[in-house]
Amino acid sequence: MKKEEVPQDKSNLASANMRELCYAVDKDGNYTTALSTGWEPKTVALDNSIAAIEEWIEEARRRISAGEASPILYFMELNKMDLQVLAGYTGLWAWRVKRHLKPAVFKRLNEKILARYARAFNISVEELKNYKPE
Amino acid sequence: MVVEFKHHQSAHCENGVASNLLRHNGLNLSEPMIFGLGSGIFFVYIPFLKVNHAPAISYRPQPGIIFSRVARRLGIRIKRKKFSDPGDAQKALEENLAGGIPTGLQVGVFHLPYFPDQYRFHFNAHNLVVFGKEKGKYLVSDPVMECTTSLSPEELEKVRYAKGALAPRGQMYFPIHIPENIDLKKAIVKAIKSACSTMLAPVPIVGVKGERLVARKIRKWPEKVGVKTTNHYLAQIVRMQEEIGTGGGGFRYIYAAFLQEAADILEKPELKGLSQEMTAIGDEWRDFALNASRILKNRKAEDGMYQALADQLDGLADREEAFFRKLKKAV
Repeated sequence: MKKEEVPQDKSNLASANMRELCYAVDKDGNYTTALSTGWEPKTVALDNSIAAIEEWIEEARRRISAGEASPILYFMELNKMDLQVLAGYTGLWAWRVKRHLKPAVFKRLNEKILARYARAFNISVEELKNYKPE
Repeated sequence: MVVEFKHHQSAHCENGVASNLLRHNGLNLSEPMIFGLGSGIFFVYIPFLKVNHAPAISYRPQPGIIFSRVARRLGIRIKRKKFSDPGDAQKALEENLAGGIPTGLQVGVFHLPYFPDQYRFHFNAHNLVVFGKEKGKYLVSDPVMECTTSLSPEELEKVRYAKGALAPRGQMYFPIHIPENIDLKKAIVKAIKSACSTMLAPVPIVGVKGERLVARKIRKWPEKVGVKTTNHYLAQIVRMQEEIGTGGGGFRYIYAAFLQEAADILEKPELKGLSQEMTAIGDEWRDFALNASRILKNRKAEDGMYQALADQLDGLADREEAFFRKLKKAV
C-alpha cells in the first residue's frame, strides 16, 4: 500500500475522534506510517457483525415472549456476551447459566444469584426480573 | 505521581506497549522491529473455538507471546504478575508508579470507555501502559490511540478484571533487566527462521496450510451453513484481518516494514526485495477483504462469488508459501 492510498473513508472511529495507524510505503519505497480514518470494506464487515448481534437480540425477545427463554438471554445478547463470558462475569459454571435461560428455572432463582446476573449486566435485580419484551 | 513517558501510537497494541516500554528503558526498537523479532506474522484457523458465534481466525500468534519472544531473543527479563484479588492488583500498580516504573497491563476491550461503542467486544487481550496517577485518575498510554488518556480506578479495575476467554486476571508486566550489549543481528535471523517454520508448518490449521483449509471451507460454507452464516463468518475474517490493531493486510505490511529494517541491519539487500514482495502480498490480502465485503453488500450473492474468493485465498497461500521458502533461504 502506498502512503497516498491509505484509505480515508468515513467510519465509526470518528465518533470517538480516533484515527488508526497504518504502515505504507512512501515515494522512494521506504516504509512509513500514516493515519487512516477508516476503510469502507472494514465498515461493511463491522456493520454486518453488528446487524447479526441485533438479530440475536430480536430473536431473544421473540423467544422470551413465546415463553421459551428467560430474560437472561436478552441481556446476554444485548451485552454481546456468550455463555462462557457470562459465566465468567457471574462466577457460575456455564452449564448453570445455560439452565438459567429456561423460564421455569429462572422463576425459582434466589435473589443472590439474580444479583450476580444484574451486576454482570449493570442493571438492577428488578429490571432483570421484570423484563418484558415490548 | 507521574512518570515521564513518551507515548508513540502504534498499529498493534502488544507491539506498541513492548516498543514504548523498551524505549522508555533506553532500548530504541520500532514497532515493526518488535513484531519481526517476536515472529508475529501468523495465520491460524480454529474451527472448534467460536468468537462471536464464528470460527476463530487469527493473523497473529497468541497474546503475550510476541513480547515474550522478543525478550527471550534479546536477553531481556520481563516481570509478569497476575492477582486473584483486584485490591492487590491496584496496590502493586501504585507501588510501581511510586517507583517510577511505567507498567504494561493486559485488559479487556468491552468496558474501555474511550473506545467507540461498536468496537467494544469481549476481547481480553488488549494492552496498554499506565504511567501515572493524577487527580485520582490513572494516566493511560493506549498504543492504538493518538494521544494518552485516563481511567478512573473503578474503570481500570473493570477492564483488568474482564471475564471470558483470555481473561487478564489483573496481569501487569514490565522489563526488569535489559542487557548492555544486544546482538540484534542474531536475534533477527533467529526470529525470521522461526516465522518461516511456523508459516510453513505441517499443521493443517496453521500458516499457509491453514489458509488453504479456510479456502476449502469458504467453498463449502454456502451449502453447509447457508449464505447468511457464511457471510457472518466472512465478516469475521475481514475484521480479524483489517480492524484496528493490524496495520492493514493482516499484519503483512508491518512485517514488510520489519524486513526493510532488517535488510539494513543484516546488510542483506535481498531482504529489501522480499520486503517489496511482502507488501504486494499485503495488497492482495486487502483486495481479498475488498472482495469479501462486496459479497457482504450483495444481497443476491451467487455461488460463483464464493468460489472466486476461495480461489483468491488459495492464490494467497501459494504466494506466501513461495515467499517464506525464499525468505528461509535468504537468512
